[in-house]
Amino acid sequence: MVLDISKSINKVDNFEKITGTAKYIDDIKPEGCLYAKTLRATISRGRIVSRKYPDMPEGYAIVDYQDISGQNIVKIIFDDMPVFVEETVNYFGEPILLVVGEDKATIMSLMHQISIQYETEEPVYDYVDSKIHKSYIKGQGEAVFDKAYKIIEHTYETGYQEHVYIEPQGVIALYEPDKISLIGSIQCPYYVKNALMSVLDCNEDEVRVEQATTGGAFGGKEEFPSLIACQVVVAAKKMKKPIKLIYGREEDMAYTTKRHPAKIKIEAAISKEHEILGLRTHVGLDGGAYIGLSGVVLLRAMIAATGAYTIDNLCVSGDVYITNTVPTGAFRGFGAPQMIFAVEMMIHHIAKELKEDAYKLRMKYLAKTGDVTSTSGHFIEPIIMENMIQKAMLMSDYEAKIKKYSHDNMNKGIGMSWFLHGCGFTGSGEQVHIKAIVRLKKDESNRVHILVASTDMGQGIKTTFRKLVAHKLNIPMEQVIFENPDTDKVPDSGPTVASRTMMIVGGLLAKAADQLKQQWKDQEEVMVEERYKQPEHIRWDDETLQGDAYPAYSWGINVVEVEVDPVTFEVTLLGVWSVYDVGKAIDEQVILGQADGGLLQGISYGMLEVMKNKDGRIQQKTVTDYIIPTAKDTVFMETELMDNPYALGPYGAKGAGELTLIGGAPAVALAIENAIGKHVTQIPVVPEYIMELMKNG
Amino acid sequence: MVEVRFELNGETVITKDDPTKRLLDVIRTSFGLTGPKEGCGEGECGGCAVLIDHKIMNACITPLGNVHGKSVVTIEAFAKTQRGQTIRKAFETHGAVQCGICTPGMVIATESLLHANPHPTEAEIREGLSGNLCRCTGYNMIVKAILSLVEKEGSLW
Ligand code: FES
Ligand code: FES
Repeated sequence: MVLDISKSINKVDNFEKITGTAKYIDDIKPEGCLYAKTLRATISRGRIVSRKYPDMPEGYAIVDYQDISGQNIVKIIFDDMPVFVEETVNYFGEPILLVVGEDKATIMSLMHQISIQYETEEPVYDYVDSKIHKSYIKGQGEAVFDKAYKIIEHTYETGYQEHVYIEPQGVIALYEPDKISLIGSIQCPYYVKNALMSVLDCNEDEVRVEQATTGGAFGGKEEFPSLIACQVVVAAKKMKKPIKLIYGREEDMAYTTKRHPAKIKIEAAISKEHEILGLRTHVGLDGGAYIGLSGVVLLRAMIAATGAYTIDNLCVSGDVYITNTVPTGAFRGFGAPQMIFAVEMMIHHIAKELKEDAYKLRMKYLAKTGDVTSTSGHFIEPIIMENMIQKAMLMSDYEAKIKKYSHDNMNKGIGMSWFLHGCGFTGSGEQVHIKAIVRLKKDESNRVHILVASTDMGQGIKTTFRKLVAHKLNIPMEQVIFENPDTDKVPDSGPTVASRTMMIVGGLLAKAADQLKQQWKDQEEVMVEERYKQPEHIRWDDETLQGDAYPAYSWGINVVEVEVDPVTFEVTLLGVWSVYDVGKAIDEQVILGQADGGLLQGISYGMLEVMKNKDGRIQQKTVTDYIIPTAKDTVFMETELMDNPYALGPYGAKGAGELTLIGGAPAVALAIENAIGKHVTQIPVVPEYIMELMKNG
Repeated sequence: MVEVRFELNGETVITKDDPTKRLLDVIRTSFGLTGPKEGCGEGECGGCAVLIDHKIMNACITPLGNVHGKSVVTIEAFAKTQRGQTIRKAFETHGAVQCGICTPGMVIATESLLHANPHPTEAEIREGLSGNLCRCTGYNMIVKAILSLVEKEGSLW
């Protein structure tokens, strides 16, 4: 038995993954399985006026909206997206139907024989059609702008980011007369189950959802799989056979969700004494053709409006704009990466324009324990950022470097981002919407089964949950069982999102383990259950967006050092340093792995990953066009984890998965800004943009 | 009917599959070896990497006909070898695996790299892995795993 829970162990699924024996969705082929391929709309906006389907050979069929027995809507958070286009087309590539059958080549030739006639309408690609608007104020709100000596204003823009999980989307539906099962590469079995019940119009016991070993997700398998899961179960019901739908890379890149592009305008009211009196911030998100969960992304972005700082007066608003483009959705960080980028740039730009020292200005406004949050709640838990900042500066030799690079013209720069991330669902989400339930079952041979809906998509929860429960019960890990969740076996402990898994679900498991310990009867079956209860002191008002937006916050510092080639403007990473407060690491190596991977995603979001749409069509559809970093593009990162246990987290753990991504883009953008001496206001900071700044900026 | 004959994981196999078919589909479907993964289908991610006559190749862009008379080794067989197990242990110790979908390809790339150069520098390791994409780990724990092999287990290669 390990004593310190943070001490790393060999992950439970290492062996099967390394030896190639782990079964991912595409590795599963049920008896008699048919394949499916999606036919997509070839216009961005309009309606279908006629469809001509070919005669289908025996065993082949077209599956479209007419085959749906329930609602032709993917039940997500905001129910506005159809499973199959009925008449109205809202984006290029929107799914119209599936062709299913045994042989892939035959399917392809049948696809070519289908003809769809459209009547087109003028598509909308700009931020004009707001479908969700939210706002909140803090303190005196906008009123401070009347007293301002000076107003500084900047607009920051961020682009799409594509998840590029190396395993593309995939699902399999299995048919039995009284039950349809869905196996998939998914994050949230119960999201899928609820969507399936709605599309099939059936009872809870008529569908079952099981997670297959998942080859990366990063939010991309949060809500998107519900769409294809709905499609294949409708097909399975029609064909009375198993149906397999696996996306190729191109289809995955062009037609699945991505991070919301954003435009964020921040105005700062400045006093004569160079104080920041208040901020007026507006964030616009491009939601694509359907709202889905964009409203929740917007909320998280808005709440992050002051980043790691405390500003007394705020007026924050935001809109989700609907455009005729592929819907955007969940991506690690969920609105925070966009906003944290804007805030971190803004505070530096304010300092520059006031000719103040950026570090001093930042320190003056750095959030402290007890401060009032952006939404007028309180930072109750101890904030140890000052200590973390000192550490990060020491590790990276920040002070000396920033001085040197700011004065010498040596094409090098260093940037440091400070940030926080709220753990768990926003506001009353956990209490009102999710209502997590976890169970532990001890069987007659004294093995303990973890019954939760949390999925391991690479973040290591299979290992850390087993470790947590074993540690609590003081039994060997081999005695604890945790299989890929199956909704017939596990209760709804909520989706695997929002950095909630360890803190919320793990927290409940720790409690359940304590309960089990009390009730332990040797060689007898014992079942214990825990349900989420919001901590008493947490208050939140969904209408006014006032109160404690999150039960706890994780904190972080990233320092990035770069060199910018004076001719090609290519950016090379020279060094990366981080300090994180995630409460307590349940496994140090697992968290360090999150730190490495998350931060590289964040840095490349800031400097490398370009995705654009032209006339509503995504232009980068392969890994050759959409560049993600290779082993050559990165350097060893130095990461320090702080011990700052959170009283209500298991062994003190808070959220970690998203935190590690959100500071990367501002840190690298600040480093480039430092190197080139120009204001960076958009990401990714690619060579073309640097060149433009050097010419005009 | 054309036949393609090759050695697959040490055994001679004969297949009547169309020689223009992708080797990846043949080994995954006809031979049930699902260790090599399809991440991109265009030779860019390394997820489908196998060893052909001891050289790393992406099976998604290799026509079956090309391996006629050659030896193909997939992760399933390589993992059982002494070098395979040594690489596995290094990956385990250094936390080189997250979702694992890139891992079979990374292991094959490691073998190919060390076979060609038993004492690579950090830069050579990064170069050697640059045909394999990983979106989870940020690569560094994989690089460290390989560095540990260079330091300790050099004699195996
Ligand atoms: S699937 Fe073969 S290289 Fe990506
Ligand atoms: S571990 Fe997930 S892609 Fe490498």
